[in-house]
Amino acid sequence: MLAGIAPVLAADGFVRPEIDWHAAAPELTLLGFGALITMIDIGWLERARRIAAPLASLALLATMVPIITLALAGDDRSMFDGGFVVDDYSLIMKAMFVLAGYVVVLMSTNYIAEGDYWENEYYGLLLSSILGMILMASARDLISIFVALELLSIPAYMLATWRKRDLKSNEAGLKYYLMGVFASAVMLYGMSLLYGATGSTLLVEINDAVGEAARPSAIVVLGIIFVVVGFAFKVSAFPFHTWAPDTYEGSPTPVTAFISVASKAAGFVALLNLVFVGFVGRDGLVGRDDIFEPLMWVLAAASMTAGNLMALRQTNMVRLLAYSGVAQAGYMLAPLAVAGSVPDKALTASVTYLVIYAAMNLGAFAVVIAVARKTRSAEVSTYRGLFHYAPGLTVAMTIFLFSLAGIPPLGGWIAKFRVMEALIEAETSAGVVLGVFVAVNSVIALYYYARVGFGMWAEEAPDGDLTPVNVPLSLGVALTLTAAITIAMGVIPGDIVGRFTDVSLLAGG
Amino acid sequence: MLLNQFLLLSAVLFCIGVYGVLARKNGVLVLMSIELILNAVNINLVAFAALNTDALNTDVSGDVFALFTIAVAAAEVGIGLAIVLLIYRNRRSIDLSEIDLMKG
Repeated sequence: MLAGIAPVLAADGFVRPEIDWHAAAPELTLLGFGALITMIDIGWLERARRIAAPLASLALLATMVPIITLALAGDDRSMFDGGFVVDDYSLIMKAMFVLAGYVVVLMSTNYIAEGDYWENEYYGLLLSSILGMILMASARDLISIFVALELLSIPAYMLATWRKRDLKSNEAGLKYYLMGVFASAVMLYGMSLLYGATGSTLLVEINDAVGEAARPSAIVVLGIIFVVVGFAFKVSAFPFHTWAPDTYEGSPTPVTAFISVASKAAGFVALLNLVFVGFVGRDGLVGRDDIFEPLMWVLAAASMTAGNLMALRQTNMVRLLAYSGVAQAGYMLAPLAVAGSVPDKALTASVTYLVIYAAMNLGAFAVVIAVARKTRSAEVSTYRGLFHYAPGLTVAMTIFLFSLAGIPPLGGWIAKFRVMEALIEAETSAGVVLGVFVAVNSVIALYYYARVGFGMWAEEAPDGDLTPVNVPLSLGVALTLTAAITIAMGVIPGDIVGRFTDVSLLAGG
Repeated sequence: MLLNQFLLLSAVLFCIGVYGVLARKNGVLVLMSIELILNAVNINLVAFAALNTDALNTDVSGDVFALFTIAVAAAEVGIGLAIVLLIYRNRRSIDLSEIDLMKG
């Protein structure tokens, strides 16, 4: 088969692809800094410890510069026949990943420095994982989606195992690794079938090919199912969520925040790319709505229901957030179940939910980290009476939890509103039924979020221990940033959500 | 071009791999089962690339995809072995069914 490559290179028709350096600048900047941190670690060893975290923050801020200049330039760019695309959707997602990464660095600074593990590699791995994510936002080709997925996953496996002499951290890493690799293997099998059925790895060409036939061939059906299932693991949708609670509990908490927000969002970005470029019907064609819509419907309904019911009986805050994350994945998947009928609305709803979810969930984990600095535990019972000795943290946690529950005027409310809007406007019975699922589940979820809130405000602290929690500056900045975004998104949605998430996905090459 | 035989072989490999991942308790054997799935993918990709190649068209994207899969799989299994080794050091066992400190 390799003989096939030679004639291509030898043929006169081979043209070196144009490289748009400005479009690739965010990735290249982050790659440069990531390599720099790794090299400094190798060369300076212990002396590099002081500068690793500041350098990582600088790297992420520097990566924002080309993202902003690309946004100001405002034109859609595309390279490699449409395999790498920079449009407003991918820029929003890149900005979200970089900001989420920045918040995770802020949350990690003291946590990692106070553990007795090597610190420099942590930031190198974190940056390469974020590099995979911002690459994913631009990937419109099966190969680049696969490479981006692995680039973001492989460092995350190592980060989950970070406390390497701790049995729980080992277990967290192993479960995450086995599930993640198994999922990506299944996803790859699906990709190979899709490539076989359509003869191309470019999502645009796959769309043209799969949408042609009135009835899908078995190979296309299998391919789509396997690919979607592979990413369902990544976003921890029911019934593929089994790794999530254990991995979240055993990993270092900043890594848990990173996995539950950035890594999950990257899985969603990949799903959005696949669905909205690869599968959805465009230009009057039907696409393959008949396959992915029912699949997404089942995944969404099952995730939100099962996630919420299992969250009800959790006694550990991190596990509670893990199951609530499963339910949130269900809400985010819901618009995809009507993507064929109202593609623009569904995309906007998913993007809005992703951005707001990132802010509020990172914030909730920041509070967990802050409280654990005093209590050394993440049990829900240790949050009782928090208001009596840490009123600021209590207010912040209440904001994040109520936002996750979808209470106005916080960000989570506008996110759920957008999802409901898309589901209702699809004007299909499936969409309306899913809307009912979302509504009922929001009520169930309110119970366990509010139970934590009630404990913090109304009950007495265990043992009457009222020494205040010492919140370091960087953690305080992370909390302020996420709380401000969560509130701003809900209070002035027209100005912020409307301007930043009303995006379109560049489909063509 | 006998495509079916390749697809059948790859489907069989895929099924053996999935069975191995689900049924095996030994960490290293699970990693080997995952490798089987990835190799099933490679057979698929190369077979489809050959199917799409004829006198007029050359399609190398399947071959290129297979090369990427091989390279990334090597990195992945490297990490996997490191994690299994870490667990062996800490527990003197790589039996996955014993790793149940946390119940999902």
